[in-house]
Amino acid sequence: MKTPKTIRKGIGHTKTVLLTAFAILLFFVVFFLSILIGSIGFSLNETIRLTLNYFFGLGDTSDIPDSVITIILSVRLPRVILSALVGASLSLAGAAMQGLLKNPLADGSTLGITSGGALGAVLSIVLGINIPFFPQAGLAVMSILSSFLSLLFILTLTYKIDLNLSNQTIILTGVIFSMLAGSITSLLVALSGSNLRQVVFWSMGSFSGKGWSHVALMLPFFIIGAIPLISLSRELNAFSLGEEQAGFIGVSTKKVKFAILILVSILVGISVAVGGTIGFVGLVIPHITRFITGPDHKKLLPFSVVFGASFLMGTDLLSRTVLSPAEIPIGVVTSLVGGILFIYIFYTGINSRR
Amino acid sequence: MLLEIKGISVRIKDRKIVDSISFKVDEHDIYMVMGPNGAGKTTLFKAIMGIMPHKGKVFLDGIDIETFKPKELAKKIGVLSQKHQPQFAHSVYDVVSLGRYAYQSGIFRRLSEKDKEKIEEALVLTGIEDIRDQSVLTLSGGELQRTFLAQLFAQDPQILILDEPASHLDLQYQIAVFDLLVKWVREKKRAVIASVHDLNTVYSYGTKALLMNRGKVHSEGAVDEVLKRENLKSVYNVDVAEWMKNLLKHWE
Repeated sequence: MKTPKTIRKGIGHTKTVLLTAFAILLFFVVFFLSILIGSIGFSLNETIRLTLNYFFGLGDTSDIPDSVITIILSVRLPRVILSALVGASLSLAGAAMQGLLKNPLADGSTLGITSGGALGAVLSIVLGINIPFFPQAGLAVMSILSSFLSLLFILTLTYKIDLNLSNQTIILTGVIFSMLAGSITSLLVALSGSNLRQVVFWSMGSFSGKGWSHVALMLPFFIIGAIPLISLSRELNAFSLGEEQAGFIGVSTKKVKFAILILVSILVGISVAVGGTIGFVGLVIPHITRFITGPDHKKLLPFSVVFGASFLMGTDLLSRTVLSPAEIPIGVVTSLVGGILFIYIFYTGINSRR
Repeated sequence: MLLEIKGISVRIKDRKIVDSISFKVDEHDIYMVMGPNGAGKTTLFKAIMGIMPHKGKVFLDGIDIETFKPKELAKKIGVLSQKHQPQFAHSVYDVVSLGRYAYQSGIFRRLSEKDKEKIEEALVLTGIEDIRDQSVLTLSGGELQRTFLAQLFAQDPQILILDEPASHLDLQYQIAVFDLLVKWVREKKRAVIASVHDLNTVYSYGTKALLMNRGKVHSEGAVDEVLKRENLKSVYNVDVAEWMKNLLKHWE
């Protein structure tokens, strides 16, 4: 028998450690940059000292002016954290959907889940659905629920049309559903007499004016959605070889699939509730991450979380500084990047199969 | 008897794809399922594995396999499907190691020493130890087939269900794979069910055979009995024996 060569699976141990260090470093660089750059700039020194003091009670911040403290702690910091959480959620949900459906183009926005979620959120505002003592929880729950229903509807329809869930069918169904849900959303906003800004928020997303209450709303749902999803990475590896194959090696496909769909809906739904529809994050980040780590979900999922968080913090920074004092809706920036990448994947994917 | 298939029927819309098929597989059998394209072989296999709505039952050692949990079933029966179309660049090793899924439990599952041993064994058996680091997207049809066969050996079930295992393989590997199966099936409580088009393969390696036509059993039993001239003629519409004899002249 031959002596086995060194076993290299995806990326090796050393590379994983280096990549982890890089990902964490990148996260904190973007994090602090996002806090200190803006219509009013701050020094790195102030920013880091304030953040450390706020979270860990370290150091003395009495020499920093109150106005600076207010802006950093109650405007910048929650907004940056919120964009990180949304970026992490969308990116993780995208990676999971791609594995589950064995389809590299699957994502909250291409499948139409985000538009469905937005419709639910708008519906809850128009109908005034609220949960007592939990402000905005009604909106979040409606958004998650309608994300899940949209996902079920789109997948059932796609299965009916094409059992193989091929790229073309699934994307086509998603796009049509998106348009439909989007137009109903716009109609509802128009009928309810809200101003145009609201329409833009639900179709393009924004973190403008978001505060700690939104972070508090988002965080529990993020934890409930993200941790179980990451623990299903072996099952996702199996699904990414095809659902049938996953069943053959012993995965309880129906149960696991249902669980993944619910977890994805939680992550996408809550992201829509706090940030509006921000497209393509779940497409761009997992694609780039997979390019670096390989398709093993044990590495792909955690790195997608960190890169997704950094990406959306950075994108939000761009969206509020490029045309300052005006803000570009964040979805414009993500869709611009995502749309180009989408065409690239679609093109190379189709050509490689010829 | 190791495996008993009892009255399996599959109906899709108004068409009966598989029509009350029953047969028994004993320990050490290499049970060959034959039939023209569209006879219902793949559908039959899918029904046996429970991934296709069907009527009828499958008993393993007398126990209805519907009572097994997916992981338990995977330890007993393994399937090689006909088509594989990977979408992501998993390494050969990662695909083969997924065969050990049923043996792992807990959230932070790592491959045990035994898992690694079985994977190593499977890679060597199927002759793909040299391409273990390659992405499955870059493999040829035959290499891909052998990768999934290796996954199956890593899964280490008692019964292998192979849907056209030879279809992507060149002659050398066809022979290698069936020689391997003959050795593999000698161990206790093991059996192979394979759908095969090549009648010579059925003659050389089969212990029993089932000839299907339009979803029904045409004939079943010992290989010699099933491969009779009139059986083949009525199913394939070809006088196979004559044709084979003519072919043989080229080799003299």
